[in-house]
Amino acid sequence: MTVRRLVVVGASLAGLRAVEAARKAGFDGSITLVGAEQHLPYDRPPLSKAFLEAGDDPEHPTFRTEQVLAEELGVELVLGAPATGLDTDRRVVLVGDREIAYDALVIATGSNLRTLPGTEHLEGVHGLRTLDDGVAVRAALDAGARTVVVGAGFIGSEVASGARKRGLDVTVVEALPTPLVRATGDRMGAAIASLHERNGTPLLCGRTVVSVEGESRVESVVLDDGTVLPADLVVVGIGIVPATQWLEGSGLRLDNGVVCDETLWTGVPGVYAAGDVASWHNPVMGERQRMENWTAAAEQGAAAARNAIDPENAKPYGTVPYFWSDWYDVRIQFVGSPEADEVVLVDGDPEAGGRWVALYRRGDRVIGALTVNGQTEIMKYRVMIGKGASWGEALEFAEKRKALAAQKERERAAAAV
Amino acid sequence: MKVTVDFAKCTGLGICESLAPEFFEVNDEGDLVLLKEDISDDELQAVEEAVAGCPTEALRIVS
Ligand SMILES: Cc1cc2nc3c(=O)[nH]c(=O)nc-3n(C[C@H](O)[C@H](O)[C@H](O)COP(=O)(O)OP(=O)(O)OC[C@H]3O[C@@H](n4cnc5c(N)ncnc54)[C@H](O)[C@@H]3O)c2cc1C
Ligand code: SF4
Repeated sequence: MTVRRLVVVGASLAGLRAVEAARKAGFDGSITLVGAEQHLPYDRPPLSKAFLEAGDDPEHPTFRTEQVLAEELGVELVLGAPATGLDTDRRVVLVGDREIAYDALVIATGSNLRTLPGTEHLEGVHGLRTLDDGVAVRAALDAGARTVVVGAGFIGSEVASGARKRGLDVTVVEALPTPLVRATGDRMGAAIASLHERNGTPLLCGRTVVSVEGESRVESVVLDDGTVLPADLVVVGIGIVPATQWLEGSGLRLDNGVVCDETLWTGVPGVYAAGDVASWHNPVMGERQRMENWTAAAEQGAAAARNAIDPENAKPYGTVPYFWSDWYDVRIQFVGSPEADEVVLVDGDPEAGGRWVALYRRGDRVIGALTVNGQTEIMKYRVMIGKGASWGEALEFAEKRKALAAQKERERAAAAV
Repeated sequence: MKVTVDFAKCTGLGICESLAPEFFEVNDEGDLVLLKEDISDDELQAVEEAVAGCPTEALRIVS
C-alpha cells in the first residue's frame, strides 16, 4: 500500500526528526504529530546543564517555531493531547475521543520518570524530564534552595553540579554502593562518582530514602541510617521507564519498551518505533538495546520514518551508542557498551583528577571507551568500535595517542621557558 | 558545496568527528577544528549525517 498518512506520536526529539526525515525523503502526504505536552518540541539535555546556570532566565530550548513546523514541514500539530490507545487492525491512534487514522505510524513517546512514592503532594520535590520541571528546579535554585539529589545518575549529578556551581548546599544520596554501574561498569562508576567529593558535594552511597518530610512544602529527607538532611529542593533522578502504558492491549510486543527488529519495525504492519521508547536489535553491537540518549533518539527518529514510508526498502539501523554528561568543569563521554570482560585504564589517573581514558574489552574486540575530559580521543574510539577493531589495535592506538600527548606536553613546556 | 560551523553553538561534543573524520576533529582543548570545508559528491552522505547528528545544530551545508 502506498503511504499517504504518516502519524507520529511523541512530539520531542525522535518525533521531530521523524517528521523532518520523511519530508527530506520527499514524502508529500499528510503528517500529524501528536504530543502529550503543551510545548512545541524542545531539547532536553540543556535542562540539566546551561538551563540551571545562574544569571538571566535562559531561552527555552525549542527546536523549531510553530511556523516552520506548519509551513515548511506541513505538519498538523496535536499538542497537549496524549495518545490513549492504538488499534492496529483499523489503523487508528486514539487521542481521547478522537481517532487519527494512519498508513504509517512512528511511536516516539520516550520515557517517563520513576517517582518517589508518597511525595506527590509535596512542593519542592521534582523530577527533571520536562521543560516545566526545568523551570521549577531553576526557580528553586535561584531562591538559594538547600538541595538534596536522590540518585547519583547522570541527570542527578548534573543538577548537583549546577547547584554546587552556584555555591548552594547540596547532597547526593544513592541507594547502590557504587553509582553509574549500569552505564559505565563498577570501577569507572566509582571513579566518576569521586568527582562529587572532589568538588565539595557530599555523596552518600548505599543509603536509601525512607521518607520525605514536610506539610505542604518539603522540609527534610530522612535516610535509612537515621540521617536527616534539611532540604528546600529535592530532585529525584532514579531512572526512567519507557512510556508504553498507552500501548497496553494494542497487540504490540512490550518488553522494556516497544520491541522492534533491526529496521525499527514492530512486526505489525505500518508501525515503527524510535528513541527512548524503542528496544531494537542493534546490528553494530550485536545485541538488543534500548537507548536513553540524544544521539540514538535523533538518528532512530529519522531512520524509523524513512522505513515507515517505504517499508519495501527498509534499512537496518545500527549505531555505536554514545552519550555525554557535563559535571562541574568535566565532560564525561562514553561510546559503545559497558558490558565487558575487562576494563583497562589506558591514560591518565582518576585518583589524580584531570583527564583519563578507559577502554572496555569483550572477547578480543574493543567494545567500549570512556573518557573524562578526553574530547579529542573519544570519537576515534567510536570509529574503531564501529569497524569492529580488535583489542590489540585499540591498545596500540592508545599507546600512540599517549606518546603524542606526552610529546605535545614537552613542546608546550619548552615553549613556556 | 561547503560545510560551515557555527562556533557560537558548537560545544565540541565531537559526534561530527565520528561520522566524518576527514572534516572534523576535536582538539586537546575540546574545541572543534574544521579540517576541510569543500565537500565532494561521495563525501556528502557522511557530512549530512554529521549535520543531522550534531546535538547543538551547529553544522550547515551551504552551496
Ligand atoms: C534533563 C535531561 C538531560 C539529558 N542529558 C542528556 C545528555 O547530556 N546526553 C544525552 O545523550 N542524552 C541526554 N538526555 C536524554 C535525551 O534527552 C533523551 O534520550 C531524548 O530526549 C529521547 O528522545 P525521545 O524523543 O525518544 O523521547 P522524549 O524526549 O522523552 O519525548 C517523548 C515525548 O512524547 C510525549 N509522550 C509520552 N507519552 C505520550 C502519549 N501517550 N501521547 C503523546 N505524547 C506522548 C512526551 O510528553 C514527550 O514529549 C537527557 C534527558 C533529560 C531529561
Ligand atoms: S557534533 Fe556539533 S557540537 Fe559536536 S563538535 Fe561537531 S559541530 Fe560541535
